[in-house]
Amino acid sequence: MIKVSNLVKAFGPKLAVNDVSFTVERGEVLGFLGPNGAGKSTTMRMITGFIPPTAGRVAVGGHDLAEHPIPAKRLLGYLPENAPAYTDMTVHGFLTFVAELRGLRGGARKKAVYRAIEMCFLDAVVHQSVDTLSKGYRHRTCFAQSILHDPPVLILDEPTDGLDPNQKHEVRTLIRRMGQNKVIVFSTHILEEVDAACTRAIIIDRGKIVANGTPQELRQRSELAGAVALRVVGVPSATLTQKLRELPTVKRTLVLSEEPNATQVRVYPPSRLRDGELSASLFELALREHWKLSELKTEEGRLDEVFRSITLPDTTRGAKDDARPHER
Amino acid sequence: MPDPMSAETQLQSAPAAATLAVPAAAEGEHTHALANIWTITKRELTGYFASPVAYVFIVIFLLLSGFFTFNVGRFFLRGEASLASFFLWHPWLYLFLVPAVGMRLWSEERRLGTIELLLTLPVTAWQAIVGKFMASWIFLGLALALTFPLVFTVAYLGDPDMGMIFCGYLGSFLMAGAYLSIGSMTSAMTRNQVVSFIISVVACLVLIMAGWPPITDELTWAPPWLVETVAAFSVMPHFEGFQRGVIDSRDVFYFLAVIVFSLFTTGVILRGHRAG
Repeated sequence: MIKVSNLVKAFGPKLAVNDVSFTVERGEVLGFLGPNGAGKSTTMRMITGFIPPTAGRVAVGGHDLAEHPIPAKRLLGYLPENAPAYTDMTVHGFLTFVAELRGLRGGARKKAVYRAIEMCFLDAVVHQSVDTLSKGYRHRTCFAQSILHDPPVLILDEPTDGLDPNQKHEVRTLIRRMGQNKVIVFSTHILEEVDAACTRAIIIDRGKIVANGTPQELRQRSELAGAVALRVVGVPSATLTQKLRELPTVKRTLVLSEEPNATQVRVYPPSRLRDGELSASLFELALREHWKLSELKTEEGRLDEVFRSITLPDTTRGAKDDARPHER
Repeated sequence: MPDPMSAETQLQSAPAAATLAVPAAAEGEHTHALANIWTITKRELTGYFASPVAYVFIVIFLLLSGFFTFNVGRFFLRGEASLASFFLWHPWLYLFLVPAVGMRLWSEERRLGTIELLLTLPVTAWQAIVGKFMASWIFLGLALALTFPLVFTVAYLGDPDMGMIFCGYLGSFLMAGAYLSIGSMTSAMTRNQVVSFIISVVACLVLIMAGWPPITDELTWAPPWLVETVAAFSVMPHFEGFQRGVIDSRDVFYFLAVIVFSLFTTGVILRGHRAG
């Protein structure tokens, strides 16, 4: 449905978006992640046809945005960053205006406006002027505008920005529900949202795509993925780590905590090790050495760690590694 | 995940709500264009009257035109049944009042960020530009129409040439449109309304004074054809025809040309901003 190929956007000498390509199909909810200023909004603005790309193409439902913008825009619903709305209008007036420009007339328009008001819980403020609304309501008003015409493609730029936790939850649920038969692309810098709503995530940094996969796949890229944390009672940490590092299945160890009579260690496997191989070998070792194993847990990767490790500049990353405690 | 083919077919046969979102092209793009322009015009007009801007403007416009006509223009001492002393001041009255209406056209959209909303709807930029321009032009026309008691006054006092009065109104309306289109252009340049206002006043002033001797005298170095060209850009000679009761197609063309040119430039400026 959305096909982005080799998209480039230059602002003066600065490349805001640098050779970005991806496709999104119906039924997918694509999370767009990245630090501030990574080029998320710029990419979305190019997909919605607000700004023309310096190079590259965007096609929505087979319509090229540069050549046939109007049919492409008909398929799109868009929630821009900061959720703009005409402040001199009422919520109802604003939605009616947008519905009219969407080509909805008469009864169909009334129904669409009513449905959007209901879906976004705007009943309480229907006849209130937009400039008197709280941030959350204003945000939802703009969100309502984007789903008015039940578009097959939804582009949402930070849809949960400025909402309270309950509203955030509502919006995520809404996205997940609508995502079943639509294409949804939404940007965020809240990682839990990726797990909560996305079927796929793209991480973009300094204008380039640095990761593209399901949340599960991204988590696999974490150093932590596949590592095993174990807690052993009554063995000094030095002996423990020495023994552990003798194992061929252990790449390095990290002491997490040293209690008076117990040590907690995390062991990292070398890359490409079969699932369970590490924990099996650790069991064997504990058995051989008669260690009292009080805890053994295979870690899942953490998205925030993946995010940090691939979006931080190299220098900062080195400094951070050095600062890690108890690295052996 | 469905393959692209089935996604396309699904799109074609989507249920009622989705089909409405993608109206058949057979309906005709022209009706779409007009409907879109009218929707935008309506919204803008409602916007004017939802805020105090419209009322303040109309009251001040009526007070000032009354003041200039009667006090400065000595309407009663002229001893003639015409609105000459009324129309005489319009180029100067509009100089400040019309940019005040035009300054918010695009600056406001850019400041609020609604321009991103408007231009990602299935609306072309020129539909939006024309729609917004029409709204403010209609608004100015309304303010102008509210000076109708003057017409009754002269008609009561004497036997005025109604054709001449009509021409005056027509010329005044066209001139307001020309000033307004310049305001549209300057408001597209900046998100700051004050800056937009000032640039637009200066631009209109240049347009008024282009044929004025102090300006043309500055151009002694220039070949006569250039001086004449500059002078031809002035609104004054073109408005004078209407004041005398003459509708010259060249004058009408002049005002329409200014409007078309300025609105076209508005489009170019907006596109430039979006391209970054």
